[in-house]
Amino acid sequence: MTRDRILDTATPPEAPSRRVGPRKPDLLLGDSHHLCPGCGEPLAVRALLESIEAVAARQAAIGVVGIGCYTTFSGSMDVDLVQALHGRAPSVATGVKRMRPESLVFTLQGDGDMVNEGLQEVIHTAARGEGVTCVLLNNGVFGETGGHMTATTALGQRTKNTLEGRDAGYHGYPILIGDLLAQLEGTAFAARTSVHDAAGVARTRRMLTRAFEVQQQGQGFSFVEVLTMCPTGWFVPTAEGPQYMDEVLGRVHVTGVLKDPSARA
Amino acid sequence: MEGSEAIAEAAVLAGCRFFAGYPMTPFTEVLEGFASKLPAVGGTCINAESEIEAVGMAWGAVATGARAATGSTGQGLSLMQESLSEITRAELPLVVFNMARGQADYYQATRGGGHGDYRHIVLAPMDIGEAVALTQTAFDLAFRWRNPVLVYGDYLLAHTCEAVAIEPLPFDPLPETDWAVDGRLGGSGRSRLLNSIGMQKGRGEIDPERFWKRIQAKHDEIARREVRFDSDHLEDAELVVVAFGSAARFVRYAVGQLRERGARVGWLRPITLWPFCSDAVARAAEGAAQLAVYELNAGQMIDDVRLAVLGRAPVTAIGGISTDTSGFGVGSLLDADVVMRRIEALLERGPEASPDREA
Repeated sequence: MTRDRILDTATPPEAPSRRVGPRKPDLLLGDSHHLCPGCGEPLAVRALLESIEAVAARQAAIGVVGIGCYTTFSGSMDVDLVQALHGRAPSVATGVKRMRPESLVFTLQGDGDMVNEGLQEVIHTAARGEGVTCVLLNNGVFGETGGHMTATTALGQRTKNTLEGRDAGYHGYPILIGDLLAQLEGTAFAARTSVHDAAGVARTRRMLTRAFEVQQQGQGFSFVEVLTMCPTGWFVPTAEGPQYMDEVLGRVHVTGVLKDPSARA
Repeated sequence: MEGSEAIAEAAVLAGCRFFAGYPMTPFTEVLEGFASKLPAVGGTCINAESEIEAVGMAWGAVATGARAATGSTGQGLSLMQESLSEITRAELPLVVFNMARGQADYYQATRGGGHGDYRHIVLAPMDIGEAVALTQTAFDLAFRWRNPVLVYGDYLLAHTCEAVAIEPLPFDPLPETDWAVDGRLGGSGRSRLLNSIGMQKGRGEIDPERFWKRIQAKHDEIARREVRFDSDHLEDAELVVVAFGSAARFVRYAVGQLRERGARVGWLRPITLWPFCSDAVARAAEGAAQLAVYELNAGQMIDDVRLAVLGRAPVTAIGGISTDTSGFGVGSLLDADVVMRRIEALLERGPEASPDREA
C-alpha cells in the first residue's frame, strides 16, 4: 500500500463527500459509536451485520459477545445477544446452538478475548465441530486497556508492555489462530481477512457470508478472523493505521481462505 | 435407587433438557445419570472440556429459556465462580448441583467465591427422597425468580441407595420466558441483550447502579419469601442443635434417641442455606439455654447461627473437620454415637465446656 491512498484527515477534503451507498445497515441501531478515530472494528461489525442480512438470518441470528472495545456494539446490533465473559463466548454459543439448532449462532471476540484468555474454548468448540461461527477481530493488542501485548502481537510490535518491540526470546511468538483452527477436523471453514482497505472490507463481508452459509448447511465449525486497525493501541497516527496494519500485522497473519469445505470435494 | 441417578431423573422429570459437566468424584455419577437419560427425551448432555466450559455451555442453553443445569464438586464450582456470579446478575435461571466433598463448601454456596453482589438460592437435601423433591423445586424457583439455584449434596447423598418414588410435584404457573433469546426480534429494534451490567439496546451508556439495585431488591424479596427449614422438639428444649444436609440426618436420629432418655434437646435444620432461617433460629434462642452447631467443617454455618442469635444464647460448635483418607468428606463424625456424646457433654457441662474434638 502506498501512502497516497490514505485519506488526509488533517485538512478539509478537496471535494465534498459523496454518498455511495446506504449509510448504515438495517440491523444497526443508532448512528454513532464510542470507538477511536481510525478503529477497524466498526467496519468489521458493519460487515458482520450485512452478512447476517445476506444469508436471510435477520430473525434467526443469536450472537454471543466477548469483552473488548467491540462490546460497545452490543447496544447497537439489532439482533438477540448474550453478553459473555472474557474468553468464554464459544462455550456459551455451544449451549445456545444445542438448544436452538435452527438459529444462526455466532461469537464476536477480540484477540485478547479469544486467543489469550479463551484459547481452550475456541479450540475445543472447533474440535467438536460445533455448528457455530466464531468471529475474531484481531488487532494484535488489548485496545480497551490502552495497547498491551496479546497472543497475536507481531514480533517487533511496540506495545505498552513490549516497549522495545515484541522479542521472541523474552515474550514468545504470536499464535496464528486461524491456521491453528484450520488444522482441526471439526473446522469446516476458516478464513482471514482485513478491513484496512475497501477491497478488504468487501472480502470480509464475503467471508462472513460464506461462514454463515457453512453453518446453515450444517457442515461444522466456521471461523473468520478479521484484522482490524487500532492506531490508538499501536501508537501511530490515525491516518497511518491501515498502512501499519498491512505492513506489521498483515505480514504475520496472512489473509486468505484457510479452509473451505467446497475445496475438499 | 442411588442418589445421583435419582437427582438426574428428578431433573429430567422437572423438564431439564440440557446438562454439561466434567467428571469429578463424588459428582461423576450425576453427570452419568444425565448422559444416560437426556438423549431419550430429546435433550443434550455434553461432557465439557472443563468446568469453566460446562458452566458456559449451561449459560448459553439457559439463555434460550431451556431448563438447563450444570454441576460439580466444590472444587469444580470454584472454577465456575466467575461465570456463576455473572449469570446471577444476568438473571438467568440456572440450576447447579454441588455433590460436595463434605460440608466445607458452605461459605462457597452461601457467599460465593465470585465477584460483585449476588446471591444463589441454596437447597440442602438431607436424604434422597428430599433431593428428588428439591431438585424439582430448584427448577421452579430458578424460573420463578430468574436466579440460579444451587443444590448442595455430598458423597453420602450421591452414592447411597434408598427406595424413592420419583413423581412430579405440583407448582404454581411460572412467569413467561419472554426474556430468552430466540432471534425472532432481530431487526425490530426490540432485540434482546442478556447481560449483567444494565446494558440496553439503543442506549450508548450502561446503567449498572440502577440495574444492580433492582437485583438487590429481588434478592431481598427472595430472602423474605423463600426461607425453608425443618425442626422438632423445640418447645421445651434447653439445647437446640442446628445442622444441615447429611449431618442433620445424624443429628435428627441422635436427638430422637436422647429425647427417649428424657433429655430436653431439639434440632433445627435449614433446608435453604440461603436464604437462612434466621428468624427460626432467633426464636429457638429465646426459648433455649444454649445452641450447638453440628457441621462437618471448621465452622462456617455457625456464623449465620450467631448472626441470628445475636448474643441471646451461647452457640457452641460441636462438629468439626471430618473426612476419609481420599478427602471425600466421609469421616468419623458421620456417626450418631459421636453426635450423642457431644450433645450430652454440652448438656452436662454447659456451653463453656468445649467438646472433645478427638471424640
